[in-house]
Amino acid sequence: MTVSRFRTIIYVVAAIVSLAGLADATYLSVQALTGETLGCGGSPDCSKVLGSPYARIGGVPVALFGVLAYFCAFTFATFAAFGYTRARTFLIPTAGAMFLGTLWLLYVQAFLLHAYCRYCLFSAATTFLIAGLVIALPPGRERSVS
Amino acid sequence: MKRYLPFVIVVVVALATVGSGALLYRAKRPHVLPIPEDKTLSAKSGPESPHVRGNPNAPVTLEEYGDFQCPPCGMFAAFAGQLEKEYDSRLRVVFRNFPLKMHEHAAEAALAAEAAGMQGRFWEMHDVLYKEQDNWSTAPNVRELFESYAATIGLDVNKFKADMDSEHAKARVEADRLRGESLGIQTTPTLFINNQPLEQKDKNPEGIRAVINAALEKKSQI
Repeated sequence: MTVSRFRTIIYVVAAIVSLAGLADATYLSVQALTGETLGCGGSPDCSKVLGSPYARIGGVPVALFGVLAYFCAFTFATFAAFGYTRARTFLIPTAGAMFLGTLWLLYVQAFLLHAYCRYCLFSAATTFLIAGLVIALPPGRERSVS
Repeated sequence: MKRYLPFVIVVVVALATVGSGALLYRAKRPHVLPIPEDKTLSAKSGPESPHVRGNPNAPVTLEEYGDFQCPPCGMFAAFAGQLEKEYDSRLRVVFRNFPLKMHEHAAEAALAAEAAGMQGRFWEMHDVLYKEQDNWSTAPNVRELFESYAATIGLDVNKFKADMDSEHAKARVEADRLRGESLGIQTTPTLFINNQPLEQKDKNPEGIRAVINAALEKKSQI
């Protein structure tokens, strides 16, 4: 397998993982906007996490920022898979920012709220996967679309 | 064609996200009705008579449908205490039980509060249940904990135990739940200010204060 093909596969996988994260974040955003009380399989932990003040920034649900972040990651990964070199330049900081944001949200759940929301953990897993895929990208110049 | 394919894919995903989000929002958006005249506070007594705290003649009534095991309800309880101090005699707070099925001990907690109410200590139990929510929510021996809270707030524990199992307590909780369902309530806390449901966008400290202030202004103009 050539390096170029390997890169393309990584970008495609990153785009698919971003889609999963996008679906999760969209669901959580709708939940936040409708005020629905969400349970995690009968556990009240979801409503504890999603109903906490940490679940909003300036009144905006954190999940909406997640929608934006996953959509950006999906867009950049898709364009990178089609050979747009600049997309990779944007994908790396996006994945980095998502990774840092996820670390903060995990810290909040573990040490401040002492409760875990399964939907948030799924989102954390997808972000870590995207970050891992970006790290796994082989270095060097890429073939670009002219 | 290949050059434009990523643009097409991204646009399709964007439209699908917005479309599915909008459909989901429409499906899940609560349609809570205002409290009709025949169901307002003064019109009811008996099992449906509510628990009221504050000035009975206050111009503004904040009515809550709450679940003792729901964490946002716990946060709201602390904020409601602040509101009572801020608005003093201008605000009365009403609590109605709406235990959600997803919360394992919520129905039992509602019965504990009602049993305390039969000894005139509903609000004391209400406050303890929310204050201790983290402790009893995950405890296996929830009944013992409720009995210890009953002792702490000075209840006759034997009577409390009997009242928790009584048909009267169950009827009160059920009456509140049915009343809530008839208004279209699905989530907790659901709040009404002077019988009007609080919109989701106002479910924050500033929003609640703004709606209370508007209700006070409206009353002062009458």
